[in-house]
Amino acid sequence: MRVEDKGLIDRAITVPFSFDGQRYCGHAGDTLASALLANGVRLMGRSFKYHRPRGVLTAGSEEPNALVTTGQGATATPNVRATTQEIFVGLKAESQNRWPSLNLDLMGINDAFSQFLSAGFYYKTFMWPKSFWERVYEPIIRRSAGLGALSGLPDTSKYDQATAHCDLLVIGAGPAGLIAALTAARAGADVILANEDSRMGGRLLAETEPLDGEPAHIWVERMVAELAAMDNVRLMHRTTVTGVYDTGTYGALERVSGHLADPQTGAPLETFWQIAAKQCVLAAGAIERPVAFPMNDRPGVMMASGVRAYLNRWGVAAGQKVVVFGNNSDAHRTAMDLTAAGVEVAALIDSRADVAVTGDFPIYTGAQVVDTKGRKSLGEIHVQTSSGVEKIEADCLAMSGGWNPTLHLSCHLGGRPVWNDKIHAFVPDPNNCAGLHVAGAAAGVFDTKGALKSGVSRAKEALKALGLKACAVALPVTGDDEYALTPLWAVKGNGGRAWLDFANDVTLKDVELAARENMGSVEHMKRYTTQGMAPDQGKNSNVGALVALADATGRGIAETGTTTFRPPYVPVSIAAMGSSGAGKGFLPERLTTSHAATVALNAPMIEAGLWYRPSYFPRNGEKTWRQSCDREVNMVRETVGVCDVSTLGKIDVQGPDAARFLDFIYTNMRSTLKVGRVRYGLMLREDGFVMDDGTCARLGATHYVVTTTTAAAGQVMRHMEFVLQALHPEWDVRITSVTEQWAQFAVAGPKARALINAVVNTPIDNENFPFMGCGPVEIGAIAARLFRISFSGEHAYEIAVPSRFGASMFDALLALAEGMGGGAYGMESLNVLRIEKGFITHAEIHGRVTAFDIGMERMVSAKKDCIGKAASMRAGLNGPVREQLVGLKPVGAGKMLLAGAHLFGKEAEAVRDNDQGGITSVCFSPSMGIPLGLALLQNGRERHGEVIRMVDHLRSVETFCEVCDPVFFDPEGGRVRG
Amino acid sequence: MRIKCPLCGERDRREFYYQGDAIALQRPDADAPAADWDDYLHNRDNIAGVTRDLWHHETGCGAWLVVTRNTNTHEILAAALASDEVSA
Repeated sequence: MRVEDKGLIDRAITVPFSFDGQRYCGHAGDTLASALLANGVRLMGRSFKYHRPRGVLTAGSEEPNALVTTGQGATATPNVRATTQEIFVGLKAESQNRWPSLNLDLMGINDAFSQFLSAGFYYKTFMWPKSFWERVYEPIIRRSAGLGALSGLPDTSKYDQATAHCDLLVIGAGPAGLIAALTAARAGADVILANEDSRMGGRLLAETEPLDGEPAHIWVERMVAELAAMDNVRLMHRTTVTGVYDTGTYGALERVSGHLADPQTGAPLETFWQIAAKQCVLAAGAIERPVAFPMNDRPGVMMASGVRAYLNRWGVAAGQKVVVFGNNSDAHRTAMDLTAAGVEVAALIDSRADVAVTGDFPIYTGAQVVDTKGRKSLGEIHVQTSSGVEKIEADCLAMSGGWNPTLHLSCHLGGRPVWNDKIHAFVPDPNNCAGLHVAGAAAGVFDTKGALKSGVSRAKEALKALGLKACAVALPVTGDDEYALTPLWAVKGNGGRAWLDFANDVTLKDVELAARENMGSVEHMKRYTTQGMAPDQGKNSNVGALVALADATGRGIAETGTTTFRPPYVPVSIAAMGSSGAGKGFLPERLTTSHAATVALNAPMIEAGLWYRPSYFPRNGEKTWRQSCDREVNMVRETVGVCDVSTLGKIDVQGPDAARFLDFIYTNMRSTLKVGRVRYGLMLREDGFVMDDGTCARLGATHYVVTTTTAAAGQVMRHMEFVLQALHPEWDVRITSVTEQWAQFAVAGPKARALINAVVNTPIDNENFPFMGCGPVEIGAIAARLFRISFSGEHAYEIAVPSRFGASMFDALLALAEGMGGGAYGMESLNVLRIEKGFITHAEIHGRVTAFDIGMERMVSAKKDCIGKAASMRAGLNGPVREQLVGLKPVGAGKMLLAGAHLFGKEAEAVRDNDQGGITSVCFSPSMGIPLGLALLQNGRERHGEVIRMVDHLRSVETFCEVCDPVFFDPEGGRVRG
Repeated sequence: MRIKCPLCGERDRREFYYQGDAIALQRPDADAPAADWDDYLHNRDNIAGVTRDLWHHETGCGAWLVVTRNTNTHEILAAALASDEVSA
């Protein structure tokens, strides 16, 4: 029911929305929970296990009961807390975990069997047969118990990630947070104030206590206005700090547009922030804790703080006859506020006998609620007084067991909270995490005056650490309320169930059972009962449950301790955390200078790291990639082909010690290479395995250019930097990646020289450009570089031009090649050409392969040390035990070779013990007319001619193959020198 | 986690590539006994406490750093240029 003249909602604006298809109206400023309560809707959900009817318990993000699904279809979001979801025009919310409807939930039958569904039920019941668990039990359990369901459709909502930096992050905008932010901001600190709520003020908005003689929200508005006007302050609304990470990194979830009927185009639903803060003030407040009395879960039983918040902030009476039940002075405010607003208070029940209370309502001291009645809504409560049990008619019970500081974030780096006997609650250990200062109720300071003072002091501590000087900040005049309580955790009643964890349906008895069954540690109890494992993560129930465990085990509360608090503090959608991983995000695309021309030729592109490269260049009439690939291979072998090889890593190495440096990096000699020559080489890791291979061209006495494979370019650069900085900083060498600076094209085939001579100013010949020669050439006015190297076994060159000329160079080479009967070739044919020649790629040098394995042990120079040399000599990395590079040709009926297949002796059973290696690369060779494979086979070099068996267990293919030399085509190498 | 690069200042952990124990700075002689190489390459203590690791500021200045940190508290105690450590 709405109460006249109360609340901070805008009654001039009416907001229509729907819940379970029923249309309702609320006002601007309402949450779904406040608007439903205003419309008299009590029943908002069904419980997890027993499907009991549940109403809203709280007014905050800790809400365990009122979880709904918002949106529909692909944009549906399950498990949204009705207490934090603001209403907007057209909001559609649905209740969850009920069938067929919230009012008539047939799964409520579970409740009748509750005595069988106690703690450890699953572990005890579904033990056998084992195979039934996955197929029978689990699907049934998952259907009957649970929360909201995902749509199963790809989420079409947009999510985002962002990063922010500040001197001071203030978490929470209650009195302590606001005054801390202002103190720091006035001192000149860069401040971020992150507030979970849509409105700043925290509990000040929910209480009637005046500040400076005015309603507290007016003071709040003044503070917020001053902060908002400052350039060094960023106010973040609807932003929950969810985790604390190392060195002042904080995760935060901002709900950006889920409260808007008509969000700005492109606005994300949520943004996941990473905030790097030098210092932090945690002013997250406190959460009121329930009392575990029998049947305390009926709709209408609420937290007293929630009842006050609905009344004072949203102008909603949670009931028409309200009973207040508490063990502390704070609970009394509820009765006072309700009475003042004209709502009937049917009773104030204080479990303490020795308190003096006055008020215009029935007062019971030293009394306890021992039972409740009512089906889908509370109707009656039973009070145990010294003179017996009294029944009181009521539709709302506001309960308060005291407050627990919201200290979760202070524990994310491994800290443990400490028990405080004065407020009977856990408080943060001040030494818990460096740079995080806990203020206000989060530190156990529950009165407004104390919270304000603590906000200022904690801000001053942070400023001191930042090296900034604090200015004076005037505190508002507050009352002198003192918080006093006598603990009351649980009420033993008539044997009815007393809930601790509403969200996961965990009762007092479950915890007692866990203790009896030796699950006495708090971590064991949690997992056995599932207490604290629901979306609310036990925010309402953790302390109550561990006290129940302490009672049951006879240990103290401090000794029992808490479970570990881990991020996130509130549920964070995976979509928000992973938004940068959806689609390409900010992943760069590296495009070669020939990209546009290649795409125009309809070449399908494949990704190579961040690069895009053409698979093949289809021509008219070609229906499969194989047709194009075979044609391109034949074209290179018969005329000439052009291929963009700019993606290979190119590293420029210069300096007086360049030769010495490269001798140390490569297994073979670089210092003896003549200027104008290129040498192929291997690079090892220090553990003796092959890191990469490539060519090294000597352009001058102190100037080399080395190439790396496309895949290993980054790793090689990092490795070279390591050697130079960490092993030999005394060497005078500079290295620079020039991969992007040079566009480089392979020109391969019998007509390669003719093609080169058609573009260079001065023709070359076999004398001035022999195989493995290199040097500068001129193309018109362009200074280019020419390398006579081959990855195809053909007479071939690579020509490099500054990248700005790459596109036109490619066009020119292609036009000339086509005039000669050639054309462009892609990755597929490049791969076939190199397999025919037995040239390796990272398919072969996959990180477990030594120079010996690929037959290049003689390339490890005996004349010098190099990285990986010592380790490469170790026993076990050489000899017949090693799997060695061989070629494979199919023999017999089956011809299919498959990369990844395993190799076995001809007669051996295809099991792991008999595994002798595997196939690394395969192709169909147009030059040979048969499929070919490269493989690593145990003692392979001694086994040329032997027939072995290839078995692909995944694809169920078996082929007999003959072992041969890996160089299938032109083994003499005559073509490359032609 | 944030690391203070001596050249660039404090930067997010994701700018850095993690290599491993700073023992990699003390490369044995080429003809050192196999046991020395084993210790250099493979044998590692799993320290709960202060460690010295190598990190590469890969998406920053490219400097290799020796980072001293505490594996219990995750506190970064120091970050120095590897080249300075080797030359010193």
